[in-house]
Amino acid sequence: MTAPLLSVRDLTVRFRTDEGLITAVENVSFELKPGEVLGLVGESGSGKSVTAKALMRLNPRNTRYGEASAIRLTPPGEDPIDVLALKREKEMKRVRGGAISMIFQEPMASFAPAITIGDQMVEQLRIHTSLTRAQARELSIEMLARTGIPQAARRFDQYAFELSGGMRQRAMIAMALSTRPRLLIADEPTTALDVTIQAQVIDLMKDLVREFGMGILFITHDLGVIAQTADRVAVMYLGRILEAGPVRSVIRTPAHAYTRGLINALPKLTDLDAPLTPIQGDIPSPLERPAGCVFHPRNPELAPGSRYEREVPPLTEVGPDHFAALFPEDVRRPS
Amino acid sequence: MTRPLIKVDNLSIHFGLGRRFFGQAPVLKAVDQVSLRIEKGAFFGLVGESGSGKTSLGRALLRAAPVTAGAITYDDGTVRYDVGGLRGSKLRDYRRCAQMIFQDPYAALSPRMTVRDIIAEPLEVMKLTRTRAETDARVREIAAKCRLNLEHLRRFPHAFSGGQRQRISIARALVCRPKFVVADESVAALDVSIQADILNLLKRLQRDLDLTILFISHDLSVVAHVCDHVAVMYHGKIMEQAPTRQLFSNPGHAYTRSLLSAIPSLDPDVPLRAQVYTGG
Repeated sequence: MTAPLLSVRDLTVRFRTDEGLITAVENVSFELKPGEVLGLVGESGSGKSVTAKALMRLNPRNTRYGEASAIRLTPPGEDPIDVLALKREKEMKRVRGGAISMIFQEPMASFAPAITIGDQMVEQLRIHTSLTRAQARELSIEMLARTGIPQAARRFDQYAFELSGGMRQRAMIAMALSTRPRLLIADEPTTALDVTIQAQVIDLMKDLVREFGMGILFITHDLGVIAQTADRVAVMYLGRILEAGPVRSVIRTPAHAYTRGLINALPKLTDLDAPLTPIQGDIPSPLERPAGCVFHPRNPELAPGSRYEREVPPLTEVGPDHFAALFPEDVRRPS
Repeated sequence: MTRPLIKVDNLSIHFGLGRRFFGQAPVLKAVDQVSLRIEKGAFFGLVGESGSGKTSLGRALLRAAPVTAGAITYDDGTVRYDVGGLRGSKLRDYRRCAQMIFQDPYAALSPRMTVRDIIAEPLEVMKLTRTRAETDARVREIAAKCRLNLEHLRRFPHAFSGGQRQRISIARALVCRPKFVVADESVAALDVSIQADILNLLKRLQRDLDLTILFISHDLSVVAHVCDHVAVMYHGKIMEQAPTRQLFSNPGHAYTRSLLSAIPSLDPDVPLRAQVYTGG
């Protein structure tokens, strides 16, 4: 049994705003093992990005973490890091770009426009490793080549705008992995890319997990991308995990009405006659979080006056290692 | 066979990329000698990756992009326009027949106007109604068709979710009773649970209002579900066009096949095997 690389317990994130405290993430718990890809899937406002940013303490100053919240990162062979206890900027370097790297949706916005790709790669290596400038340059060019960038030495001296979208995303992955992080957070890394480029980036990420053995937290709204990359998946809605489990089991036998709703709303090329079924209603504003199960106002399967309107359902085991936010009496046992 | 509402013949849209002191200035051929027919009542899909020229083509059909060469004809049986050469009052008349629904429902609506004023604006600008009561009646009629409540009309856009905003954008585009609508990535910015709702709404409006829709999208799965005819664009050219079922069950062009192979399957046991398209 491998010890978890990352353990998140009862993570609650609130933002203090003029309109009051806004709850973005509530009682979220999950674990990630080395070499494992965990998909975090959810629509806008589900709290998936806020969760990811909490792991690196990148949320803004008005962020309040819940009292029981704990994020523990245990890089193999090192002391565990209590991420939420980090206070000074200097300490945070251990997680920011040290043990954890992050890649973002829009690579153009993540590179400084007036500094070459190479200089940016060397700079972060000089901060996080003891490499000399020449060694850092050599490693950076090697990493660019490893991610499938042709003429890596030439690309090293170019600016972000000189690269195509797919190349930029590869360069960002190369930069993120050059410090040998134990955990890679990928926040919608393929959303802005064309499908043909997306397919290449998915392949690349799978190869790199095999090679480097780091854990990946893969955040996306695209269930197809999750099905192709993740080992396990957690489905988030309005700041809560509503279902989590092995990717096959969650996609084939979704236990929660929200997961089923997401799958039914998705246009599928394998069945052009299937009607597209939207989930009724709209995603509520974060200022109007529903009581009980956050999904209950949009859940067509609930009778009026059900328990879900008042009580928060626990994550109940519905299959091997597969959990859903349901009261035990609502778990349908497979016949 | 019905007659085409939109006829495009050898259309080219080129953009100059700066000047050269010697020799020819480089040009970007955004659209390169494209011909197509959009039948009346069609839900016509135009798919392609970024930079394929699909948006330039869609804009040209509304006289919103410069045409370098070729002809675009609109003919609804009552009026006929040579779209490329429209100016002045003729162009204003054409705008009544042809409208656009944009991608980003957050950027497309003025935050300072009420929903009622946003929807009413095209009527007022084009002077299609004579009295305020008449305008209000038209606004209420189209709002109901787009499933907006009367109470929504008094509010400002910030009070609405992405899906509701897109319904407002659609109402604004349709209030002048156009016959032809270009919907450019109109569901791309929406969450999946909402996307299905907007697609179903567009489908119903197309039937009820007898619209012809050019639906531009990068998402083949979406196009496969709503469109009855599809054209695939790549580097400014149409690689293939066919009825939807035929295109998806039996893609004729290698580029179409490579696009289809790159879509990640929802089944984890159907691995992604993207074919790379290399040929021109």
